[in-house]
Amino acid sequence: MNGSTIIFYLLAALTLGSGLLAVTTRQIFRSAIFLLFSLIGIAGLYFWMQYEFIAAVQIVVYVGGITVLIIFSIFLTQQAGEKLAKPKIGRQIFSALAAFCGFALIMTQVLKHNFNASSEEALPPTVVNIGTQMLGVDDGGYSLPFEVVSILLLAALIGCIVIALRSKPETT
Amino acid sequence: MQPGLYQILFISTALFFIGAYGFFTRRNLITMLMSVELILNSVNLNFIAFNKYLWPDKLDGLFFTIFVIAIAAAEAAVAIAIIINLYRSHHSIDVEQAEEMKY
Repeated sequence: MNGSTIIFYLLAALTLGSGLLAVTTRQIFRSAIFLLFSLIGIAGLYFWMQYEFIAAVQIVVYVGGITVLIIFSIFLTQQAGEKLAKPKIGRQIFSALAAFCGFALIMTQVLKHNFNASSEEALPPTVVNIGTQMLGVDDGGYSLPFEVVSILLLAALIGCIVIALRSKPETT
Repeated sequence: MQPGLYQILFISTALFFIGAYGFFTRRNLITMLMSVELILNSVNLNFIAFNKYLWPDKLDGLFFTIFVIAIAAAEAAVAIAIIINLYRSHHSIDVEQAEEMKY
């Protein structure tokens, strides 16, 4: 049991525990804060796997962007101090049962399966390697999906503006 | 026990079904959106784990993760714009009261 192992299990406990609290707590603001901690735990797992770039992207986009967006929308739509309605007990039981059965099914399949790792020389996930392959146009390059995602982000931006525009009152 | 691929797959599967449980039980649009974020994050963790432990000579899992993050950000922004607009017209973001959006 060395330090790396202990850090891994601490991060796993942080991720799963705060994720579980995020979906069960009845105060929506606390739910958003627990979601924040769960996302930080996942970023920590990326750091633990030494994918520093993805961990940084995770912190910037999820922790810094999406969670703040969710918290702002909670402020805009929720009355302060109001608790969420308790879900029906039957629905809770059946959801938990469905989730547990799905989890058990997938874990038995995963544990039964024997994964074969490739034995080629490792390519370190440095920013140089990522950038070269992401904008490469030769075999294995990702420049076409990159452009498609750029167009998608532009479309989402325009869509948000169009949805959020207050329609003008009809003037006769 | 030394953590490896199976431990990370356990975490990501558990996180996926925690998100699914939240999606089934919650009736508030914002909390449902949070559950979807948990599900997407578990998928990202899976991609990174497979990339690290099974194909360390390639970076494809990492690119899929980057694209999933970008699409999730766009999706969250559009969803929150719709939710705020719905609140403006209905004064509620409960899914039971939003069903007249169908027509």
